[in-house]
Amino acid sequence: MTSHSHTLPALGLCLALGLGTACGDDTADETATAETAIDETTADSGLDGTITVFAAASLTDAFTEAADAFSEENPGVTVELNVGASTALREQILAGAPADVFASANPSNMDQVIEAGEVEGEPELFAHNSLEIAVPAGNPADVEGLADFADDRLLIGLCAADVPCGEYGRQALDQAGVTPAQDTDEPDVRSLLTKIEAGELDAGIVYRTDVASTDGVDGIEIAEEDNVVADYPIAVLANAGEPDIAAAFVEFALSDDGQAILESHGFDPA
Amino acid sequence: MLRADITLRLGDLDLDAAVEVADGEVVALLGPNGAGKTTVLRCIAGLQAVDAGRIEIDGRVLDDPAAGTFVPTAERPIGVVFQDHLLFPRLTALDNVAFGLRARGVPKAQARADAAGWLARVGLAEVAGAKPRALSGGQSQRVALTRALATEPRVLLLDEPLAALDARSRVHVRAELRRHLATFAGARLLVTHDPVDALVLADRLVVIETGRVTQRGTTAEVARRPRSRYVAELVGLNLLHGTAAGEHTVRLASGAELTVADPLPGHEVAVAVRPQAVTLHRRPPEGSARNAWPAVVVDLEADHDRVRVQLTERAQGGTDGASLSAIVAEVTPASVAELGLAPGTEVWATVKAVDLAVYER
Amino acid sequence: MTAGHGARRPRASGRPPWALVPPAALTLGFLVLPFVALLQRAPWSSLRELLSAPLVTEALRLSLVSALAATGLSLVGGVPLAWMLARTDFPGRSLVRGLVLLPMVLPPVVGGAALLFAFGRRGLVGGPVYDGTGFLLPFSLWGVIAANTFVALPFLVVTVEAGLRSADRRYEDAAATLGAGRWMIFRQVTLPMVLPSIVAGAVLCWARALGEFGATVTFAGNLQGRTQTMPLAVFLALESDRGAAIALSLVLVAVSLAVLVPLRDRWLAA
Repeated sequence: MTSHSHTLPALGLCLALGLGTACGDDTADETATAETAIDETTADSGLDGTITVFAAASLTDAFTEAADAFSEENPGVTVELNVGASTALREQILAGAPADVFASANPSNMDQVIEAGEVEGEPELFAHNSLEIAVPAGNPADVEGLADFADDRLLIGLCAADVPCGEYGRQALDQAGVTPAQDTDEPDVRSLLTKIEAGELDAGIVYRTDVASTDGVDGIEIAEEDNVVADYPIAVLANAGEPDIAAAFVEFALSDDGQAILESHGFDPA
Repeated sequence: MLRADITLRLGDLDLDAAVEVADGEVVALLGPNGAGKTTVLRCIAGLQAVDAGRIEIDGRVLDDPAAGTFVPTAERPIGVVFQDHLLFPRLTALDNVAFGLRARGVPKAQARADAAGWLARVGLAEVAGAKPRALSGGQSQRVALTRALATEPRVLLLDEPLAALDARSRVHVRAELRRHLATFAGARLLVTHDPVDALVLADRLVVIETGRVTQRGTTAEVARRPRSRYVAELVGLNLLHGTAAGEHTVRLASGAELTVADPLPGHEVAVAVRPQAVTLHRRPPEGSARNAWPAVVVDLEADHDRVRVQLTERAQGGTDGASLSAIVAEVTPASVAELGLAPGTEVWATVKAVDLAVYER
Repeated sequence: MTAGHGARRPRASGRPPWALVPPAALTLGFLVLPFVALLQRAPWSSLRELLSAPLVTEALRLSLVSALAATGLSLVGGVPLAWMLARTDFPGRSLVRGLVLLPMVLPPVVGGAALLFAFGRRGLVGGPVYDGTGFLLPFSLWGVIAANTFVALPFLVVTVEAGLRSADRRYEDAAATLGAGRWMIFRQVTLPMVLPSIVAGAVLCWARALGEFGATVTFAGNLQGRTQTMPLAVFLALESDRGAAIALSLVLVAVSLAVLVPLRDRWLAA
C-alpha cells in the first residue's frame, strides 16, 4: 500500500474544501509525500542520500518544516515524508514498506513494531501532545467543554477508536465521566479537523497541535485532570536503507533546533 | 379516400410523388429498391413528415407544412402491416391484436374478447395464445394484418407484406392475403417491388422510380404498355425508344428505322416487342421482314429449353451511342450454334411489323 | 452447425486460438489470487464468532440496505434520465451526459466533498434545508444512500442509454400506428425491450454502491450501526483487528458472488 491510501480521505477532503491552512502549508499539500529538493551546493556534512520518514498525521506540519531544515543542514540529503494514522503506518511497516524512520503518535504502535523486530536500537520520546476540543471558528454551537459531547443535539466527531487520537479522546472523555454521543468516528484526525473547520460538525477532540495549525477552528481547553498526554516516540527502523542518515534525522528531532520547530507547532518538548 | 401529395428530400432520395386511393380500391406502389415507395408509406403513416405537399384521408388533413398541420401517427386513422410484421415479441398473438384496442382505451377483457373474434374470423383461433416466434411466416403475417384491421382504420397500408416469406409460402399466402384484403372496405395501399404481388393483389398500379411516378394505370394497362425500362423488364418486354419519322416509321437511336403496323401516336414513341418475336441473323436480311437493325451480343443465358440473348443496338455512323436500347431475343440453342453467337458477335435483329407495339412515351 | 449425434463435437469456431489462452489464464490468475490469499489468511477457527459480532452484522445490514436503496433510487431516476439522453435532442446534451458520467471519473472522495458542499449543514441546498427543517443528510443512513447513489447512478444511466440507443425503433413505430400514445409505447414496448439493459445496469449500480468507500466516509461519516458500511468497517479493522477485517471481506465477497453468479450471461449481456 502507498502512503496515499490512508491519508487520501483527509487530504482529498482538504483539497476539495480548499482549506489550505488546515492541511499544512503549501509545500505539504498536493501529495502525501513531501520531497525536499537536493541543494545544488556540495554536501559538507558528508551525508548523501534519501530517507523515508513515516510520521503520524499530527506531525504533518512540524515534520515538514523539520525535514526542510534537516535538508538545508545536509544538502546531500532528501527527506521523503509519509504521513498517516499511526496505526496505518504501523501496518505498512509490518508489511515490509521501505522506511527509515518511524515517528508514532503513541507508544503502543511503536511497541508493536518493536515486537516484530523492526526497530534498530531503542525508541526515544521526542515530543508530547495533548488534546483539545476543536470547534468551528466562532463556536456557533456554544460548546463549553467535554460535557457537551454527550449532547445528542450537537453534531460531534471523534477519531475512530483504534486510531491514537481516538483512543486518547475516549480516555479523556472517560476520565471526565462523559459518555459521548458522537455522529462520526473519522478515520484520521485530519479529516475530523477538516469537517469541523467546514462547519459540518459542532465539535471534536483533536490534538492541541491541530488546533494551532489553522485559524479556521477555535480551541477549548480540556481540564488537566481529564486531559491525556500523548507520548510521541521516534526510532530508526531495522531495515532502513540509510541507517546513518536516519539516525542523524532522529538526532535532529531531539536537538534544540528540532525541538524548537516542534514547539513552534504546539508540541510540548521531550 | 386517401390523397397523398408528397415532396421530400431525405438523404439521397429526392421524392416528388402523388398517390390517390379510393375506398374499396387496392393500389400497388411498385418500384425498385430505393425508389421511395416505402418513404411514401411512412409519410402517409406519419412516421416521416413531408417537406411540402399534403396528405389527407377522407378530407381530413394529416400533413400540410404550408398550413402548419401535422397529425401525429397515433391519431391517424391508418393501419399498417410492416415488412417484418413487427409483432410485439413478448405478447401473445391475442394480445398483439388487442394492442390497438387497448390503446384506444378499451378495457382489457373487452379488448381481448374482440381480438379473439378477429383471430377466429381469419382462422387463427388456435394460435391465439402463441408467442410470435412460434408462428409460421404466413400465420405471423395474418396476425399482423388482423392487428392492423382490428383498430378499424380508414386506410390500410402494407409494406412489402410478402417479403419476409420464403418462395414456397409466398404463393399461397399471397392468395390468402388477397382474400383477406377483400374483406376490408377502406382504401388499401400496398408497397412492393414484386410485380406478381402487384398483379395478384392490386386493382391499380402506381410505378415509382427514383422518387418520381413514371406510370399509372391498371395492371393490364401497365403491363401492355410499359413506359420505362424497369417496367418493361418487369413484364418481360423489350422496349425501344425512338422518334416518329413518317406515318408508320420510327427512327431508333441507332439510326435504324422500323416500320410499324399501328399509326404513330405522337412524336416521341416507345416500341415494345416480345423477346420471342426477335429473330437474329449474321448478315443483313433480305426479304419481307423489313424491320432490321444492327445489334451486338452482350450475353447469353440458358432458360429452360430456350436461350435468352442479351443484345444492344449497334450505333451506325455518326449517331450518339448513349441512348442505344438493350434488347433481349429468345432463340433456340440450335440457332445459337448455327449463328455462332457469343458475347461480342455482331448480328442483325429483325421483327415483323405486326409484332411491334407502339405507344406514346 | 454440427448435429448432436451422440458425442458433442467441438465447433471449429468455438475454440480460441491457442495464443489467447496464456494471457487469459494469467489475467484470471491475477484476479483470483488475491481471493485465494484472503481465504488462506482467514481465521477459520474464530470465524463464527467474528461473523456474529455487531461490527460485522451491523455493517452488513447497512451495506445491503444502502446498496439496495441506492439501486432503487438509481432506477427511478436513472431510467428517465437515460431516456432523455438517448431519445431527445436538446442543446447541451453532450455536456449533460458528461456531467452525468462525472462521478465515474472523479475520485470518490472528491465526490463526497462535493456532496458536502451541496447538502452539508453549510451546503448550498443543505444549509437552508437544515436551518428550516433541521433535516440533515450527513451522518445519517440517508447520507450513505445519497453518497452511494451519487457514485453508482452513472453506471446505470450509461448502460440503459446504450440499450435504448440500440433498441429497434420500428416496434415503437408499429405501436404508434396502432394508436398508442407515448407513455403507452414506453411502458408496453420500449421498457420490455430494454429490460436486459436495465437489469445489467442495476446490477452494476448495486455492485458499485456496495463497494463504495470514499464518498461515503467523506459525506456521511463513519459510525458503527448508523453509517459504517462494510468497506468502512474493513478499512478501519485492517489496522486494529486483522481477523475481523478478513471476516468482513469474506462476507462481502460471498454476498457479491451470491448475487452475481445466479444472474448468468443472459442478464449481464445488455
